Amino acid sequence: MSNFISGEGFEKTFRFGRMILEGTGVTVLLALFTVIIGFILGILLAIMRMSDVRPLRFLGQDRQGRPRNNRLLVAISRFNPLSVIATTYVEVIRSTPVLVQIMIIYHGIFSYLIDLPSITILGFIRLNRFVPGVVALGINSGAYLCEIIRSGIQSIDGGQTEAARSLGLNKTQTMYSIILPQAIKNILPAIANEFVVIIKESSITYTIGVQELMSVVNDVRGSFFIIMEPLLVATVIYFCLCFPTSKLIAYFERRMSRGDKR
Amino acid sequence: MTSDKLIQVKNLKKHYNKGTIKALDDVSIDIHSGEVIVVIGPSGSGKSTFLRSLNLMEQPTDGQIIFDGVDITKKKAPGPDGKLKKVNIDLHRQKMGMVFQHFNLFPHKTILQNMILAPMKVKGISKDAATNKAMELLRRVGLEDRHSAYPIQLSGGQKQRVAIVRALAMEPEVMLFDEPTSALDPEMVGEVLAVMKELAKEGMTMVVVTHEMGFAREVGSRVVFMDEGKILEQGTPEEIFTSPKHPRLKDFLSKVL
Repeated sequence: MSNFISGEGFEKTFRFGRMILEGTGVTVLLALFTVIIGFILGILLAIMRMSDVRPLRFLGQDRQGRPRNNRLLVAISRFNPLSVIATTYVEVIRSTPVLVQIMIIYHGIFSYLIDLPSITILGFIRLNRFVPGVVALGINSGAYLCEIIRSGIQSIDGGQTEAARSLGLNKTQTMYSIILPQAIKNILPAIANEFVVIIKESSITYTIGVQELMSVVNDVRGSFFIIMEPLLVATVIYFCLCFPTSKLIAYFERRMSRGDKR
Repeated sequence: MTSDKLIQVKNLKKHYNKGTIKALDDVSIDIHSGEVIVVIGPSGSGKSTFLRSLNLMEQPTDGQIIFDGVDITKKKAPGPDGKLKKVNIDLHRQKMGMVFQHFNLFPHKTILQNMILAPMKVKGISKDAATNKAMELLRRVGLEDRHSAYPIQLSGGQKQRVAIVRALAMEPEVMLFDEPTSALDPEMVGEVLAVMKELAKEGMTMVVVTHEMGFAREVGSRVVFMDEGKILEQGTPEEIFTSPKHPRLKDFLSKVL
């Protein structure tokens, strides 16, 4: 423990080279699956939040279909269960720490309710740790992506919908041909940011024993009592993952903004 | 002008805030094929709401809009054969072209893509046929060389001309214009009005909400004056502009002419 950072320390760290590679692989896979789950969940939640499902709609109207004057009945008739569920979900997830969510998913759901077999895939992915990690991160980022997608869709000028509908396009066609392409272009920077956040946030799953990059850092520390060298190696790897990701999305962003420039 | 009624509006009402605000207050009018109806009136008079109700961009509170024999305000209505059928508003909107104050071209699509989207998606016309039709329409408004440009590269007047032919590409039975020149620089108003005049000459049924009194006088076959959600007076441009009867119309004309 003589030097702060030493060549010897790096040499020791790289003795774990194979594990570092595997850990990086796990980090990438964690982020990839999280993004997929988060995106599907985010779209579903956004659709739920913007839906117009009102099962008690009839309470707000009289027999002739005119709006009633009773305020309570009108308020009840506006009740949209899908939107309430989605909004509650988003607010709970956004108002609690991701660490707590991961712990609850791992120790609560996956220890008591769902029993995963202790299989190891590709020789380094432990299923009973990896799956809870992915599920927890996916549940978390789904809430954030929902808000990103919703704000993107709602930022499109209502005139676009009107123009499309006036041409005879139905709601679904309008959504897919007119609104979503513009919305996705607008939210691409926010989504890129969320992707990068997911790669970085995946490091927190080492607390439930997912053998990703940070847990390898911990292994090196435990074996050789060095910390700065493995941390620096991890820093470089995280940077090499995140920086190109944001650059790649910036490239697509430029390509998609052709219609914006004179 | 034929006397066949293309659109019948009966007792149309649009209320906000539980009826305290009446944007449309019992409006009834028959629109015949080939007519050019110009709706004038002060702002807030309900003329835009009236126009936007015709293709249900605005859902009326009460009343009927009978288009091609079908009451499109109802969920179900008897068709021409008398059988009760579900009203598919998308089918009726195909036959009603609409032009907006702010053009509402699709910014992520080129001019040509803007024009062929609905014919291909809605009518199922082949890309070649839709493209041919679109290019022919663009030629008519002198914009065929801009077909691969994006809307932002066009001037306001060019955008509005594209918006008009985009609606025409669906071969509508009636064209609705919602203040089509209000967002334009003054020197671009003429080119848009010229296209509309041309269209009127060809016999297109048109409902135009506008502040262009010159256009109303020259092109309109009937001028409708609205205020406070009601039609207060209607008649030929001659009657409306040279011998107005209603005091509100006289007052309005004295301010705008």
